[in-house]
Amino acid sequence: MSTNKDYKWIGTRPIRPDGADKVTGRAAFGADKNLPGMLHAKILRSPFAHAKILSIDTSAAESASGVLAVMTSADMPDLASEMGEAGESAVDFRDLSHNILASGKVLYHGHAVAAVAATSAKLALAALKLIKVEYEELPVVLEIEDAMADDAPILHEDQFTPGGSKDKPSNVAAKMKLPRGDIDKGFAEADIIIEREFTTPTVHQGYIEPHAVTASMSASGHADIWCCTQGTFVVRAMTAKVLGMDVGKIKVTPSEIGGGFGAKTTVYLEPIAVKLSEKTGRPVKMVMDREEVLRATGPTSASVIKIKLGATNDGKLIAAQGSLKYGAGAFKGSPMAPGCMCVFASYEIPNFLIRGFDVVLNKPKVAAYRAPGAPMAAFAMESLMNEMATKLNLDPIEFRLKNAVKEGSVAAYGPKFPVIGFVETLEAAKAHPHYSAPLGKNQGRGVGTGFWFNIGMQSSATINVNESGSVTVITGSADIGGSRASMALFVAEELDISYDLITPLVSNTEEAGYCDVTGGSRTTFATGMAVVKASKNLVANMRKRAAKTWGIDIDDVTWEDGAAIAPAAADKQPLTMAQIATSAAKTGGPLTASASLTAQGAGAGFGVHICDVEVDPETGKTDVIRYTAIQDAGKAIHPSYVEGQYQGGAVQGIGWALNEEYVYNDKGVLQNFGFLDYRMPVANDLPMIDTVIVEVPNPSHPYGVRGVGETPIVPPLAAVAEAVNNAAGVRICHLPISPPRLLAEIDAK
Amino acid sequence: MESVQYHAPQSLEDAVPLLKEARTTPSRILAGGTDLLIQMRAGVKTPEMLIDIKKIPELTQLEMGADQIRLGAAVPSAVMDENAELHQQLPGVVEGMELIGSTQVQGRATPGGNLCNASPAGDGAPAMIVSSGQCVIFGPNGTRTIPVEEVCTAPGRTSLADDELLQEFIFPAPKPGQSDAYLRFIPRNEMDIAVVGVAANITVDASGTCTAAKVALGAIAPTVVIATDIAALLVGTKLDDDTLAAAAEMASGLGSPISDKRGTTEFRHRIAGVLTRRVIKIAAARAGERLQ
Repeated sequence: MSTNKDYKWIGTRPIRPDGADKVTGRAAFGADKNLPGMLHAKILRSPFAHAKILSIDTSAAESASGVLAVMTSADMPDLASEMGEAGESAVDFRDLSHNILASGKVLYHGHAVAAVAATSAKLALAALKLIKVEYEELPVVLEIEDAMADDAPILHEDQFTPGGSKDKPSNVAAKMKLPRGDIDKGFAEADIIIEREFTTPTVHQGYIEPHAVTASMSASGHADIWCCTQGTFVVRAMTAKVLGMDVGKIKVTPSEIGGGFGAKTTVYLEPIAVKLSEKTGRPVKMVMDREEVLRATGPTSASVIKIKLGATNDGKLIAAQGSLKYGAGAFKGSPMAPGCMCVFASYEIPNFLIRGFDVVLNKPKVAAYRAPGAPMAAFAMESLMNEMATKLNLDPIEFRLKNAVKEGSVAAYGPKFPVIGFVETLEAAKAHPHYSAPLGKNQGRGVGTGFWFNIGMQSSATINVNESGSVTVITGSADIGGSRASMALFVAEELDISYDLITPLVSNTEEAGYCDVTGGSRTTFATGMAVVKASKNLVANMRKRAAKTWGIDIDDVTWEDGAAIAPAAADKQPLTMAQIATSAAKTGGPLTASASLTAQGAGAGFGVHICDVEVDPETGKTDVIRYTAIQDAGKAIHPSYVEGQYQGGAVQGIGWALNEEYVYNDKGVLQNFGFLDYRMPVANDLPMIDTVIVEVPNPSHPYGVRGVGETPIVPPLAAVAEAVNNAAGVRICHLPISPPRLLAEIDAK
Repeated sequence: MESVQYHAPQSLEDAVPLLKEARTTPSRILAGGTDLLIQMRAGVKTPEMLIDIKKIPELTQLEMGADQIRLGAAVPSAVMDENAELHQQLPGVVEGMELIGSTQVQGRATPGGNLCNASPAGDGAPAMIVSSGQCVIFGPNGTRTIPVEEVCTAPGRTSLADDELLQEFIFPAPKPGQSDAYLRFIPRNEMDIAVVGVAANITVDASGTCTAAKVALGAIAPTVVIATDIAALLVGTKLDDDTLAAAAEMASGLGSPISDKRGTTEFRHRIAGVLTRRVIKIAAARAGERLQ
């Protein structure tokens, strides 16, 4: 199923350029930046999940030992509500500002209220205790449906549901409706109808590296920011907006990143660090601890999703109805919309109606998490697909094949699909030995599929040729999963030179051309396109140099094996890249090439996962014993890192299915604020995650690339749940399938 | 934590003046530090003086005698795990310790530290109790010996005086037909804290009849619960399914487990029964193998 074209470098597995530094501890992460005279800042956080701030008295803290500055929201401009692009999703800059430092009200336990910069972290922490905040506690609302109730405590008095009452504020920040056909007619024609409600808990991305930043504001008002982020340009844009600065006065330099998974596409600390640096004239460093990360940075939404599905006896879907409610946390902006767009995207359904609700409640504002909104939607839809297949007495993959979208199908969210690989991925799953392997006692198997759009957006790349003929390729796209290796492979293939001659770099916002965030599974696709385009520009330039040297027409010069050749002129010896580079001064100066673009045609990704579990019926404990992730990559540039994405997404999905959840008390205080009790799977909780890379090339990309990073977290929730259903004879509709919950389900059989 | 004095005495004798100082200076004994350092970082414990006992030879010795096994309080868990003879003699005690933390933590975690941390969910204590461990407590006035179960008095509290330290454990070598086992339940497979932990020490004769038994349960009460009624029920039986089912039911009625983020009261009761039945079976099978 691989592409027919033979490549020298694309599809090989060289060692990643950042590998040695990472395994030897030399790589610098967010907290590793230190500067002379640097201060340390800490944040005072709300002890209440919902309260009015009556007053803040910082005077005692300001005069405390070692303290150089104290900051509250009063130090930031009062912004009007204004939507802006923030990576993959939109953000209201006023909400962003109020999330960074609470203004008027605290909306979740752990909400930042004030910050102190001092000569040491210890003194900053001590000074926090001297800040006097008077609160008036308000009733707390934590559950989605409670927040939607008529008498719910209201988080924002100025928030009204679009299309709803203009007098009565509401926690429902947005609604969405996607219709097709006539669902009444559709359900009337259905032979089998199933309707169920599914819930998923609030879960965190669980990146190992806490948020960290060092900022330094010069006397001339130019800010330097060093931080771990998925998008330096989005940090720049957000910081500028929140502080009322021009983007040209801010330089953001990325560190290596210890995991982001979508969540490091927003800012929490950066504007505070810049402002405190401005106030003190000293560099300011801020590093969150794990507790702050879990209490106050964006997890992803909890959800309540109800789906009704109708099929005919011949196994065709005929009608579907979905109600998808997502909790946004303290401010609007849950991934409700992508959830609605994904929920039926994989299937041809003639009649459907999808409704979505974006609901605010007293939890931290959600942030993006790998295919935002899609895993919850797929948990519900794929669970029903599995149940429907059972009722129809059809093999679950066969049932999906009967209904799968293919080239020309109109996606539930509107456009017509170009070449996609869902059918090929399903066929590969069906043919995999795992799918027909025997199972033992208390064991069960489940499948789940997943869809994600993937995105293009803006990217730039610059290639500089050194005088020896080696090259540096510079982009502004954070490398969160091996993309530097992919960029080098593109250059190696295009220039037809060795991978070892290429140094791929991720540079800062003043030295790299603009790149949108590394998110939406876009970097290898879109930044890769810019790199390919820059490479082609460079080859054209080098052919021109050779033509000039030889005194022949550029059209008579071709590029092969890393050298310019003149096929028609037998007397011209090939000019290698090194030779062209060495003599560049005489042929027009240094060799550089750049390209910028808005990438179009990101190919949709489809995945199919097969999961085997063994359930202990006496304790409710589930062990995943075999797992295979199969997905269309379009073309795997560096297969190891494609497999790594499949494995990582599968593992995060397994954790989401089995044990991960935010546990709050009724006051809205998170109980499990560390990795001991926020239970992500550890290595020995998992089997080796087997992978199959299907390659149905994306015609919009020069090498056929589709994004691969997000799709793999979409199928696991339903695949694990169905495996548990089959192992234990239950029907799981609520995550996580923790031992007490599964034991209760087994008891209720 | 403003500043902390750190002392690492090289002998028990050198420790005496420090222990005397500990009568008036808030102090903690530092063994592996896998609990203490985290508690200090979190501000839960704020000692002004740390007495590191890892340099004291008596505390890091593991001696396999014909009649008794002497286990220094500061022997790292990894050292216990690597000792084949200890596995043979006290498999349950080793199981309790080797479940704690990650591989890295195993290199530091100690049985003395685990016991004196006095967590209701501590994995070390139940097996040490059922295997009749004795603790040698050292202080300025010499040593005294108490059973393991008399060390922990409440969550985070022990019966040791401010000027005492736990020197070593002494276990009687198991007799032919006697062995132990420990099982705990966690939602994951490692790096977690017991929802319930159960240890059993079982002696069987050649006919398969249980002649002696001890069962202890962790994480269902403020301190380890020694289930004497279950032990009495087992003795004289062949540990058949009905007996084990009765034992499980009794175990499910024991203690006063709390509902928290790690498990509900009801779930803990259930799991206590399941683990009790399973751990008795394992210990009895091991005991049977030791008859030859």
